[in-house]
Amino acid sequence: MSEAETLLRVEDLKVYFDIRPEGAMPWTKSLKLKAVDGVSFDLKAGETLGIVGESGCGKSTLARAVISMVPAESGHIVWLGKDLAGKTGDAIRPVRREIQMIFQDPLASLNPRMTIGDIISEPLWTHHPKMKKAEVKLKVEDMMRKVGLLPNLINRYPHEFSGGQCQRIGIARALILEPKLIICDEPVSALDVSIQAQVINLLQSLQDELGLSLIFIAHDLSVVKHISDRVMVLYLGNGCEIATSKDLYAHPRHPYTRLLISAVPIPDPSIELSREVELIKGELPSPLNPPSGCVFRTRCPKAQPLCAEEKPKMEEKSDGHFAACHFPD
Amino acid sequence: MFANTKKVEEFAENMASVDTVKGRSLWQDAMGRFLKNKAAVTSVILLGLILLFSFVGPYFAQWTNEEIDWSTLGAVAEKGRPSIESGHYFGTDDLGRDLYSRVIQGTQVSLMVGVVGALIAVIVGTLYGAIAGYFGGRVDSVMMRAVDILMAIPYMFILILLLVVFGRSIIMLFVGIGLVSWLSMARIVRGQTLTIKNKEFVEAAIATGVPSFIIILRHIVPNLLGVVVVYATLLVPEMILTESFISFLGLGVQEPNTSWGALISDGAGTIQYGTLWQLLFPLFFFVVSLFSFYFIGDGLRDALDPKDR
Repeated sequence: MSEAETLLRVEDLKVYFDIRPEGAMPWTKSLKLKAVDGVSFDLKAGETLGIVGESGCGKSTLARAVISMVPAESGHIVWLGKDLAGKTGDAIRPVRREIQMIFQDPLASLNPRMTIGDIISEPLWTHHPKMKKAEVKLKVEDMMRKVGLLPNLINRYPHEFSGGQCQRIGIARALILEPKLIICDEPVSALDVSIQAQVINLLQSLQDELGLSLIFIAHDLSVVKHISDRVMVLYLGNGCEIATSKDLYAHPRHPYTRLLISAVPIPDPSIELSREVELIKGELPSPLNPPSGCVFRTRCPKAQPLCAEEKPKMEEKSDGHFAACHFPD
Repeated sequence: MFANTKKVEEFAENMASVDTVKGRSLWQDAMGRFLKNKAAVTSVILLGLILLFSFVGPYFAQWTNEEIDWSTLGAVAEKGRPSIESGHYFGTDDLGRDLYSRVIQGTQVSLMVGVVGALIAVIVGTLYGAIAGYFGGRVDSVMMRAVDILMAIPYMFILILLLVVFGRSIIMLFVGIGLVSWLSMARIVRGQTLTIKNKEFVEAAIATGVPSFIIILRHIVPNLLGVVVVYATLLVPEMILTESFISFLGLGVQEPNTSWGALISDGAGTIQYGTLWQLLFPLFFFVVSLFSFYFIGDGLRDALDPKDR
C-alpha cells in the first residue's frame, strides 16, 4: 500500500467559525468556534479512511473543508500536489470533478422538483456542457444499473423512492463523473440496518470495480471497522489517533479510542452483561473554549499535569500507528 | 413446484423491458389536491367566465363604450334602465354611455393591472429575495435594508405623487404599482431561501461545482414556487384593490378609459338619483373576481402545502 500514490494530504487544517454573541455590539470581537483545530492525515489511491468521533467533534466540517465548501482558517489541503486551501469558485471547479460527496440524509440530498435522471446527470451537464443528450442518457442509465436501480425509473421523482434507493441515487450522482475520491458523510446513519449493509456492500464493490478512494465518516464504530483500511479518531476538532483499522481496534493507544471501543455493544447478552464497560466521564467541552493542552484531559482517566500544559503532537508510536497522547497505552 | 419457473423468468424479463415509468412530480400531486377543492375549482370557473366575458362580450354589445345614447340624456333613471330592447343590457351611465361596454372595458383594465402588478412582483421579488437569501451576509444585509427603507415610505403617497407629477396614465399606474408590489414578495422569498439553501441537495450541487446563479435558478427557485404562486394569486386582488382605490380617489385611469374602481366611484356618486344599477353591475364583477382570486389562493396553498406531502 505504501507504493500507491498519495491522493490527498491534509496538513494542520484549521476551520474556525465566527460566532457573534447574542446582542453584541458591532465592534465587539466575535468568538472563534474551533470546529477543526489542526488535523493532519493523508490518503492513498484506492484506500478507505474511516473518520469516527462523537457528535460535534468536527467530522462533517472536516469533510466540507476538504472540498472547500467551508473556508479553512489555516493549513494545507494538497490534492495531487496542488494546494486547494483558500481557493474558491472557478479555481476549484476542475477539482470538484474528482472529489464527490455522499450525504447523510438520502432524501434531503435530492432536489424534490427534479427527476432522478436530471439529478444524476447534473454533474455531467456542469462539467461537460457540450455532451449530447443521448450520450448523457446512456451514461445515466448505465450508472443506474451499476448502483442497482432499474433504468426505467429515470423519470421518477425522489419522493417515490425509499431511503435506501435514494442513497443509491446519491451514489450514482457521485460516481457519474468517475471521481478519484468520494467523501461519504455518514451515508448509512439514516438507514435501517439491513439497508445499511446493502449500501456498504455496494460502496465496497464499486470501490473495487472503479479503484476509488473513500473517506468514510460515521459514528458507528463497527461499520467503520468493516469498511476502512485505516481509521482516524477525532475528538473536539483534534485528531487523536490514526492507525490501520485492525491495529486500532486491537491495540488502541489513545485513552479516548480505548474508551470508545469499550463502549461498543456486543451482540451477545451474556458477554455484554459480564464485561465491565468503562464509561467516559463528564461532558464534551465547548469548542468555543477548549481546554488547554490536550483537549481530552478533562475527561481522561490518565490525565497528568503535563497534559494541561502542552498539547500532545501526533506522533508515530509504532509502525504506521499515530497517536496524540503524552502517555499512550 | 418449479413448474412456473419459466413463467416467472418471462415475467422478470418483461419487467426489465417495460417502457420508462413516468414519474409523478410534486406539481401533479398538488394539481390532484387542488381539483378536489370545490370552492377553488368553482372560483377558477367563475374567473374564467369573467375573463371570457371581457373578450367575447364586445361582440354582443349594441353600443360601443364611447357612443352616447342621446335619447336617455336627462332621463337616465327612466330611459337608461337595464333592458334588452334598448340594447343597454346593464343600463347606461350618467352620461348615457352603455354600461355593458363600459364594464367590459373596466374588467380588461382592472384584470390587466392586477396581473401585471403581480407579475412584476413575482419576477423581481423572487429573484431579488432569492439572491439576497442565497448569498447571505453583507449582500443580504444591504439588499434587505434597501427593501426596509422602501417599505417605510407610505406607498400611497408615492403613487399619488407619481400620478400628479408625471400625469395620469395607465403606464404610470403600472410603474407605481410595480415599484411597491415586489417588496413583500422579496421578503417572503428571502425567508424561504434561507431554509432551502441549507438543504443537502443544495450542498450537493455546490460540491459538484454548479455555479451559484444556476443553483439559484435550478434548485432554489423551483422549490420556492409553491409559496410564490400562492402569494401571487393573493397579490392580484390586492393590486386590483389598490388600483380601484386610486381610481376611486379620481387619480387612476383617465377617461375615456375606465376600471372597476372608476365605475364603482361613478355609480356611488349617482346613487341618490335612483340609478342603482350603475353601482351594482361593476360591483358584482369586482366582488366576484376578488372572492375568486382569494379562494384560488387558498386552494393553491392547501394543495402545495409541503406538510401534506
